[in-house]
Amino acid sequence: MTNGTPTADRGWGILFLCWLTVSISTLGSLFFSWVMEFAPCVLCWYQRICLFPLVVILAAGLFPLDRRVVRYSLPLAVLGWLTAFYHNLLYAGIVPETIQPCARGVSCKEEYIDLFGFISIPMLSLLSFSTIIALLLLFKWRTSR
Amino acid sequence: MKYVLFALAALALIAGFMFAGSYYKGKQAEKFGFLAQENAAVFIRDHSPTLGSDEAKVYLIEFMDPACETCAAFSPFVKHLMNTNPGRIKLVLRYAPFHEGADYFVKILEAAGRQGKYWETLDVMYRSQPHWASHHNPQPEKIWQFLPYAGVDVEQIRKDMNDPELVRLIEQDLADAAALEVRKTPGFFVNGKPLQTFGYEQLQELVQAEIRATYPE
Repeated sequence: MTNGTPTADRGWGILFLCWLTVSISTLGSLFFSWVMEFAPCVLCWYQRICLFPLVVILAAGLFPLDRRVVRYSLPLAVLGWLTAFYHNLLYAGIVPETIQPCARGVSCKEEYIDLFGFISIPMLSLLSFSTIIALLLLFKWRTSR
Repeated sequence: MKYVLFALAALALIAGFMFAGSYYKGKQAEKFGFLAQENAAVFIRDHSPTLGSDEAKVYLIEFMDPACETCAAFSPFVKHLMNTNPGRIKLVLRYAPFHEGADYFVKILEAAGRQGKYWETLDVMYRSQPHWASHHNPQPEKIWQFLPYAGVDVEQIRKDMNDPELVRLIEQDLADAAALEVRKTPGFFVNGKPLQTFGYEQLQELVQAEIRATYPE
């Protein structure tokens, strides 16, 4: 790098940003369930399973910076993204309700928040996972050169 | 340097979370306080069973479910609160039968109330609850063998519990629970103020604060 960043630390900032995104999403998700007391549906739980461990995995990859962290975090992020994508299709009614997996408990179509007409909780999840994947790919690209 | 940045970010996130949490709870408390003033009926309906003196200035409203384990566990504590503050607390029970099939028990309770045995029946229900309300194997029919202990006419209950009026009563309570954002049982309000974090001590503190406010020494 021209600004004097040691080669070993290249990409640290990107990974840190990624960790921030993951942590904010995690706390946001906990805010919905702990503070606002929304019950998470089954699909939300699958997405949480993919999201929460990233807080720890990415933090461990920051100290010391491990360039291979992408190998362990990207699969989780992609799985989370796929679940979030499916959840959004279900939420928008593109996937018919008859094949949805949540028959009991909280419906995955339960509408809790609606900001500006299109920001729902599944949409927030999809945006988070998209950002996480983008940052991880950017990190990989920056560190592989 | 990086450690400092990381630690600061983590601290800022946690502080932000806690601040947002208390801000949200504060806003909710304000909203319910307003509801309590403008629309007291949402907390207490004419049909709502009450316990305690009519002179009491502290209204403890409990949204409960006869099949809820935590409601049963809280019951002795609520009694203890009332006994240690004689004449100052009035308990109002509201129904939030969230457990599958819990309407059934609410109807039995209400039918027992018509025989003047409401609180005795509730006591018997809470104590026999493990026998009929197991989560993996609920057996509502088993309740009947315990009801005679409450000194009620069981046959009369079987007739009275089919009154369609009871269905409307439960619907009204569920609508009020939704308006007050009660999603778990027991859901407590003291003079319109919601119990913000759940627990025995927190409930005691909330009640004591209201007693201090309404009964200045």
